[in-house]
Amino acid sequence: MNIAQEVDARGMNCPLPILKVKKAIATVGEGELIKLIATDPGSVKDMQAFCSQTGNELVESNEEGGAYVFLVRKH
Amino acid sequence: MSVASEVMTALPDHLQPDAMDAWLEKKLDEKLAEREAAKTPSLAIIATKGTLDMAYPPFILGSTATALGWDVSIFFTFYGLELLKKDLDLEVSPLGNPAMPMKMPFGPEWFKAINWKIPNAVQGIVPGFEVFATGMMKKTLRNKGVASIAELREMTIEAGGRLVACQMTVDLFGYDMDDFIPEVKDWIGAASFLPTAAKSDVSLFI
Repeated sequence: MNIAQEVDARGMNCPLPILKVKKAIATVGEGELIKLIATDPGSVKDMQAFCSQTGNELVESNEEGGAYVFLVRKH
Repeated sequence: MSVASEVMTALPDHLQPDAMDAWLEKKLDEKLAEREAAKTPSLAIIATKGTLDMAYPPFILGSTATALGWDVSIFFTFYGLELLKKDLDLEVSPLGNPAMPMKMPFGPEWFKAINWKIPNAVQGIVPGFEVFATGMMKKTLRNKGVASIAELREMTIEAGGRLVACQMTVDLFGYDMDDFIPEVKDWIGAASFLPTAAKSDVSLFI
């Protein structure tokens, strides 16, 4: 799995994780993957909403070692 | 038989009035769903408050909506103009604000959990209480990793959010235009903003 960019939003609260992901998505190409690491529990629902609203694909949404890890594919 | 009813019976089945009505219903639903799916949602906010706590709703909603790909317009009026200053110096006052939690942002966890209910009489008398409360609020926001207003404002603008402001308020309170950020798209009045608000999907008064 080739991750084009990793966004570390640990310690940041709503709406920063989403804003950071949006910025990162704008810089990568179609079909590329972005990884987001966040500690904000609200980011789980936020990422679902972000992907359904923007048409990007939420490939993975996991909890790892006290943080939430997401993989988004740009469409 | 009249000419009309003769023509009707001569029409093929799918062109009969009932069939045509059913077809129109179906087509209309399809077309409306298509338009709905292709539409870009829009948000219009009228921001009227200038305190630190009330600065958050317009910028969090605005920046998040832009992140979701929405069209965002925010009209700043009255005290909302404070949010457009180059030098943001926003304060917060707990006076008369019984809903504001007064928790100390330092010390051990059990200490931080205490909500200090300070009576209005004390808040009103103690000099510098607002400064203290503002300082505590800022520290709390920082501790919890919440973005600053300046940061949220910048992100909203960067993502294409349209910030417009009330010209009348400038005249009313004697503001100097140089005090405001240059990114304000337009200085307008209510009549100019209302049409935008009318067309928006979500229209908020903050």
